[in-house]
Amino acid sequence: MGQNLLTDAIQRGPVTLVVNGEARTLDLDLRTTLLDALREHFALTGTKKGCDHGQCGACTVLVNGVRINACLSLAVMHDGDEVTTIEGIGRPGALHPLQTAFLDRDAFQCGYCTPGQICSAVGLLAEAAAGAPSQATGDLTAPIVLDDAEIRERMSGNLCRCSAYPQILEAIRDVAQSSGAGAGA
Amino acid sequence: MRPFTYERASDPAAAAKSAAENPDARFLAGGTNLLDLMKLGIERPTHLIDVGRLPLAAIEDTADGGLRLGAMTTNSAVAADPRVRARYPVLAQALLAGASPQLRNKATTGGNLVQRTRCLYFYDPAKPCNKRRPGAGCAALEGLNRGSAILGQSEHCVAANPSDMAVALQVLDAVVETVGADGQARAIPIDDLHRLPGDTPHIETCLRPGELITAVVLPPPPQGPQAYRKARDRASYAGGLASVALAGGRIALGAVSLKPWRARKAEAALAGGAAPDEAAAAELAQARGQGGNDFKINLTRRLMAAVISSGKA
Repeated sequence: MGQNLLTDAIQRGPVTLVVNGEARTLDLDLRTTLLDALREHFALTGTKKGCDHGQCGACTVLVNGVRINACLSLAVMHDGDEVTTIEGIGRPGALHPLQTAFLDRDAFQCGYCTPGQICSAVGLLAEAAAGAPSQATGDLTAPIVLDDAEIRERMSGNLCRCSAYPQILEAIRDVAQSSGAGAGA
Repeated sequence: MRPFTYERASDPAAAAKSAAENPDARFLAGGTNLLDLMKLGIERPTHLIDVGRLPLAAIEDTADGGLRLGAMTTNSAVAADPRVRARYPVLAQALLAGASPQLRNKATTGGNLVQRTRCLYFYDPAKPCNKRRPGAGCAALEGLNRGSAILGQSEHCVAANPSDMAVALQVLDAVVETVGADGQARAIPIDDLHRLPGDTPHIETCLRPGELITAVVLPPPPQGPQAYRKARDRASYAGGLASVALAGGRIALGAVSLKPWRARKAEAALAGGAAPDEAAAAELAQARGQGGNDFKINLTRRLMAAVISSGKA
């Protein structure tokens, strides 16, 4: 196949992202993933690059309130979107309840997966509050109760190679119960 | 990743026309499969047509009591829709059995139908694969073929279709709506969308150059129980080794063929009074393995029998 000088040239374009409430327009190589835009251009390195193929969940962020893998999205796909990263979830002195619960339950060892775990859990709580079912939901038409099986299933997109899963489960269960969404609350 | 040009489509027919003008263009919807393959150099589009913001994200009632799922509806939105959960539970269950929550929040109905196989050799550019390079050969025949097809495969390709959603669509007799490069709409029965590999495994669907999926239409649900069950190596977020969908008297199988497999022989056997295990055996009499996946024949037979039995209970 012949080389096409036009299309082999790096293509760039303006992309506007509203990250943690602040709008910025960047001139990006169109190949830039949302993950690389956040880390390399917004200098928000809380969001982590693990596998870079959507398998580990370390890059989980919220886009318009919905959790996604930032590594499998191009920044340009999200022009105008609102992105929330771990830096926008809470700050030192003003932690999100999930951040406090992760500390209280010691829900990490190395901490590399933690920003993705917490962003994912924020998304999980919103999905459950909206009534979205999961594979662990017995009756698809009944209200969602976040028991342990539901939390485990809904967090299956986030790997923790230190295997802090029991503590991650406890932390999310604490917050789910305090919000009234958990089992036996 | 190779450089590409990018356009954001504002109209389905215009997107189809644009795609037909460049054979190296690809539609970009959720991106969860395409971008993964582009990072690996397996997909090398020179032009991306972003269809993610086309006004195709609605779930609408149809006049005859069915549902129309816009092609850009996400897998999670379809699975959560109260009408889908109440009337098409097999589809909700199949969607929720696939991928992870984050991926389901991006992956679309249209994209799910044209996702590529997860065959290890399709994913390894250093190995021959007739899908990636027609005529190169198939490394899975003599290689790691634990996940390969047991139904409808050929000497040129033993890859399996990874979709859970499409297996449910088979038992719902769904119809895929498209728009072509000429602007004409077309309705394709789900069973006609995917092709068996034959000697052209690189041609995976009956879609024409540029043709864009715009919706999936579900007829009113069939009478009778619905169920979806998937066997795999771990309880969540793993591809299937075999899966079974049931709706009324219809049965379909996943992860066992290059197309979501409608089990018409088993359906005919059941209609003729056969026991669940006899019906499953009737379907799988034609199955064969490549060595590493021989176990899938028994696994699929037992899974089928269990799902059919559960539907009779």
